[in-house]
Parts: sequence; structure tokens; C-alpha cells
Amino acid sequence: MSSDNDEVEVSPKRERKYSSSSTDSEYVDLEADSFDNLDEDVHYHSKLHKRMSEQTFIPISEREAWKDVVPIEQDDGPNPIVAIAYSAKFKETHDYFRAIVKAKEKSERALNLTAECIWLNAANYTVWQYRRDILRELGIDLKDELKFIEMMIRCNFKNYQVWHHRRVIIEWMNDPSQELAFTAAILEKDDKNYHAWQHRQWAISFFNLFDNELEYAEQLIEKDIRNNSAWNQRYYVISNTTKFESDVLDREVDYALDKILEAPSNESSWNYLRGIMMHDKDGGMGYNRSILKKCEELYNNNCRSPHLLSCIIDISQERISCNDPKDSLFHTDKALELCTDLEEKYDKIRKKYWKYISQKISEKVKSTA
Amino acid sequence: MANNDLNDDFKGPRTYVELLKEILSPEFETHTTREQSKVEKNVLELCKVKKPLLSRNRHISYLKKSITNLSKNYEALDCSRPWICYWTLHSLELLGERLDDDLCSNVVQFLNKCQSPTGGFGGGPGQDAHLASTYAAVNALCVIGSREAYNIIDRQKTYEFLKSLRTDEGSFHMHVNGEMDIRGVYCALAVAKLLNIYTPELFKNTEKWVAKCQTWEGGFAGCPGMEAHGGYSFCGLASLVMLNKSNVFNLSAFIRWIVNKQMRLEGGFQGRTNKLVDGCYSFWQGGAFPLINSILAAESKTKNLEAYWMFDQKALQEYLLICCQDPFGGMLDKPGKNSDIYHTCYCLSGLSVAQNSPEKVVIEPSEVNAVDVTHPVYNIVFETAMKAIKYFSSLPLPEK
Repeated sequence: MSSDNDEVEVSPKRERKYSSSSTDSEYVDLEADSFDNLDEDVHYHSKLHKRMSEQTFIPISEREAWKDVVPIEQDDGPNPIVAIAYSAKFKETHDYFRAIVKAKEKSERALNLTAECIWLNAANYTVWQYRRDILRELGIDLKDELKFIEMMIRCNFKNYQVWHHRRVIIEWMNDPSQELAFTAAILEKDDKNYHAWQHRQWAISFFNLFDNELEYAEQLIEKDIRNNSAWNQRYYVISNTTKFESDVLDREVDYALDKILEAPSNESSWNYLRGIMMHDKDGGMGYNRSILKKCEELYNNNCRSPHLLSCIIDISQERISCNDPKDSLFHTDKALELCTDLEEKYDKIRKKYWKYISQKISEKVKSTA
Repeated sequence: MANNDLNDDFKGPRTYVELLKEILSPEFETHTTREQSKVEKNVLELCKVKKPLLSRNRHISYLKKSITNLSKNYEALDCSRPWICYWTLHSLELLGERLDDDLCSNVVQFLNKCQSPTGGFGGGPGQDAHLASTYAAVNALCVIGSREAYNIIDRQKTYEFLKSLRTDEGSFHMHVNGEMDIRGVYCALAVAKLLNIYTPELFKNTEKWVAKCQTWEGGFAGCPGMEAHGGYSFCGLASLVMLNKSNVFNLSAFIRWIVNKQMRLEGGFQGRTNKLVDGCYSFWQGGAFPLINSILAAESKTKNLEAYWMFDQKALQEYLLICCQDPFGGMLDKPGKNSDIYHTCYCLSGLSVAQNSPEKVVIEPSEVNAVDVTHPVYNIVFETAMKAIKYFSSLPLPEK
């Protein structure tokens, strides 16, 4: 964007080209919702809304139903700072919102006004909270609210407030029947969307919907073996259902090793292997025959994925007291050699880390000698 | 220690030929690898033509415009106005620039308008208090650092606000009846520590809840069960450091995870495994390394490494200076994206971390590229944080 004009832009509402996996930075602005990525579907929805509202929009001040209300301007003080050049519509809608809050009005028209505010800025948590207060007070049919929030999420799916609202509504309705299909539809568009996964996990845990979730995670891994969110879901399901008991662990090790073989440079499957082996009661990766065998095979077939080498190094530390022969792939001498290979050849960007690990191994060798 | 062999940071930037060796060559393509390859291609293009030089003055004028007036496009940030103040003021301070006193006073008065009668700060005047806005407002006021700025904060009510957000488990909601995740813990702790309103009962069991957020990968998630993530990992680690409870989590798993988030070609950080680089993670991930160093130093196992952080500090600076600067001012996520104030703040904060290890590592020409030292827990300039802590520590603790 060029910002050599008078105003700075962050352009959340502008036409942009979006790619679904482009960034998750918006999760961490600690507040967040500002840089939401939309997709075509959402463009369709928001354009539709825009067209509709352009055709039918009447300023609130000209509406019969609002004649009795005096709007209240925002009080920025005499010297405004970070003053946003609001559109007339944005300003007016919020001025009326301030008026109804001040009057503590909980009514149908107030409910509709919150929807208008939310269309203009879905990140306004104060408006959402007031909307929930109205819903409660008026005893509104929550099925309609569910439709509204679905639309809002489709238009702002990287926003904390919309997902939180949905969660509250589902809790009130005590009906999770749509949640799996709904989150799956969002994940279809953006398969690593953090909010959608978090909502899905909440619904699954809260309403005990674990039954087919392992298959779902597996489908997504099949679709993209590097979808780390799907790997995380696999771990989540197992740790909340069967747990990593030894037969489950054996099955999962086989699964992970298969996936590693398909793509040895894929960090997700290596991390998963290491993660599940934390539950092993027989000594860890260094004592698991399948893992040892697979590592040797890969190495002997000239695989030099840093994740493979890293795994071999970890194994050597677990086996430090096993007295492996000096020429074994899992001897600490080999581990030190691999650290050097990683530093100099295969993983240069992590040179300092491999120095650190190599130093730790040397200390360990000394202390066990 | 033998620093010279440790540290490529003292050689020149990586050559184009060296970078070519780091190109991804996946066993087979998926959506993830196609997206990754596009980014690598863009980064390589820029590395061919651009030099790593900080456009300090352009960033300063970009930031100075935004402190007073913002376009309609910022409507979506209408509930994050204290954030905009903080991002702008902190960025300027890193660049060695200060607003004049009148303008600072206006910022203080504006933030006071955002302060809620029941404690804490909202996203704008009249909005409900929000923990993230409170964190941002307190940081912004500390950057201003005047008595006026310090004294507008109602510490007693801020304490009561924090207390109202605490859950039985020790985690925190972001606002009354709002969502709850690890950001809440970080924001509450940072505010409480800076303002000297920290009490043990306010954070009872908090470390246990934070520890539950550490995942099978080693990083922290937003809440237990979720995926390890750069922003949340920073919140988790910084929280444990503030709680002085860095023994309740698996440090070596954390280190393994986070070092692997630095991208081999780009030099910047990704937020999660198999996602794309983003300039803002230069701080969220990079900022964890000074904290790791201090934990390791406390365990005193690595006396030798303490002069530098455990990531490639030079490669990160190259990513930020070559790929994340908008030629017209402001910084950004990755090549092809627009600049914004959020990314400007966290790119510059990451640049500061990358440069300011105990032995400094500033890519040449250092007089052009050097920025001030940020405090890795609060992310305001180190001296600024110390000055605020000193001031508030002279004030009495709140009544419980």
C-alpha cells in the first residue's frame, strides 16, 4: 500500500486479494480482528450486504421509529488522538448506539441497531455484549441469532468476538448439532483457521462429540499432510478419549512413521512422533524398535532431513547408557558428528541451536563416563 | 567461549547462492508447499535487488501522521485505539523519536477518556474496559513516562478490574463475560507488574493453567488442547517469567519448537509449524529468546552462550530490512502485503531483539540500522520500563 498521502491505511475493508492461509498475525495483535482475510464466498456475502444496504439504507435520523432518540456523539475530548475519519453512516449508527446504552433500552429496535453496528465493525465487543443483554431480556428466539452469527462469522472468520458470541449462543441453546458441520465448512475454506479449530474443540469437549473426530482429522491430514492443525486435532482427540495406552501408541507410531516416509521433510509428522512418545512407558524413542529401524533405513537411504537427524540425536541421548557400538548410528559420537553436519550443511539457520545441543551432549557424556 | 566460530553474525549477509540452497524441494506438493514456494520466490526476488537499510525517516513520518488522524479504513480498529497509540509511540521510541510534550499530553488525556469508571481501559471512549486495551494503554502511558501519564491510571480500580476477570483456575477473561485465553494472563500480569498492583492471590494457580497450554510440540497454545502458536507462546513464556515460575514447563521442548520456527530461507519466523513467515513473529517468537537466555542463565548451564540469542540474529534482520519495509514508510507481514501500524510495531520490536543481545549484532551500516533496546517482557524500551517500575514501586499496593 502506498501511504505517501495524508492518511494511513490499514485497509481491512478494502478490496484485496486473499489467500486463505496467508497469515495468522491477526491472532496475536492481542485483540485482533483487524486484518481479517476474506475469501470469495465472503466477498459475495459482504457485497450482497453492501448492495442491499445501499438500496435500502435510510439514515437513522430520518427513520420514524427513532424520532424520539437523541444521538450521543463520541467524547474524544478537545484534542482527539488516533481520530478515525468515520463515514457518516458509521458515526451516526454509533451515536444512536450510545444513546440506547445510556437509556438502558433493551428493545427490538435496539437489537436491530446492534446488528447495524456489527456490520460496520464486528470487533466491537461492547456492542456484542449489549446485544447479548438484549437477547436475554427480550427472550429472542435464538435460532434466528444462530443464523445471524453464522453470517457474521462467514464474513469475519478471523475475529475473536464473533466466535465468542457463537459459543455463548450455543451454550444458551444447549444444542451443538450444527457445530461440527459449521466449523468444517469454515475449515474447508481455511484449514488452519485457529478460531474455527478452537470453537470446534470447545464444542467437542463441552458436548462430548468425539465419536468421528479422529476420522475427520485424518481426512484433513490426507488432504494436506503438512496441515499441522489437523495433526494437533489428532493428538487432542486421542488424549481426550483412548489416551496413549500402549496399543494406541503402537498404532500411532506406525501412522506417524508412514507419514514420515511419505514426506521426510515434513516437520508436523516428526513433531507428532516425538510428542506421542512422551507418553511411552518403555523408555521413549530410543527403545522403540520401529522407530530405530525406520531412522536407520532413512539415513542409509541418504535422507538428510534435519528432522531425521534431530531425531537420531535425541535417540542417542536416550541410549547414552546402552553402550551401543561406536559405529552405531545411535552412538553419541555419531550424534556429535550430526550436530556438526546440521550446523554446517543441513540446517545452517539453526547453527547456534546445534552448537548448544552438541555442548549439552558433551556434558552428558562426561557426566556418565 | 569461542564466539567467532559460533557466530556467523559477523560474516556478511548470506549470499544469493547460499539462499538458493535453502529453497524448499518437497517430496510432493500440497497446498502448504505451494504457498510456501510462492513466498520463497518473492523473498529471493527482493534479496537480489534490495539492500538491508532501515528507512528510519519514512517510518517516523508514517507513524507521526497516524498518531493524530486515521483514514476511514481504520474503522475496523475503532475498538483498538489504545493499541494504535501504543504501537505508534513504541515504534517511534525504538526509532529514537519522541513526540513533543503537548502532543504527549493530548495522548494522555485521550487515554484517560478511554479509562472506565469501574477500572481498566476500553478500546475507545465510553467502551467497556478490555484487558488488551488496558495493557496497550498502560504501555503507551509508560512510553510517555510523564507524571501526568503515570498519574491518570487509577491503580486501585485497575486492580479491581483485573480481579473481576480472574477465573477459579487462575486464567483471565479478556473482558467481563468475554472470551478467555492465554492473552488474558499475559496482559493482566504485565499490567500488574508494571503498576505494582501484583498480589499473589490475584495470580494464584495461574502458572498451572499456563503450563497446561504447553502443547505436544513444545510451544504454548491459546488454551489447553489447541495448537502451539507464536503469539500465544510469547504470552505463555513471558507470563511464567513474570510469575517467576519457569520451572513448571518443559523448557527443552519449548526451545526445540521455537528454534524450528525460524525459516531457513526467509530468515524471519513463522507462527506455527508449516505456516508462512510473517514479520510480526519477529517479536512474538524472537522476543522469547532473551527470556530463554535468562532462564538458562538462572540454571547456569550455558555460561558460554549468553552473549547471543539462540537464533540467527542476522538472518532475521535481513528479512525485516529487505522484505518487510514499505518503500513509503511502515512495515509489513511479507512481500506483497500492505504495511500497517501493528506490523510496523512488531517488525521494529523484532529488529530490536535481533540486534540487542548482550553482544550486539547489528547488520551494517549499524549507524543506519540500529534501534533502541526493547524490554522482552513488556515490549517497551528497556529504560522506559525500568523508569515506570521504579516510579510505581514507590506507591502503595492496592487494597484487596
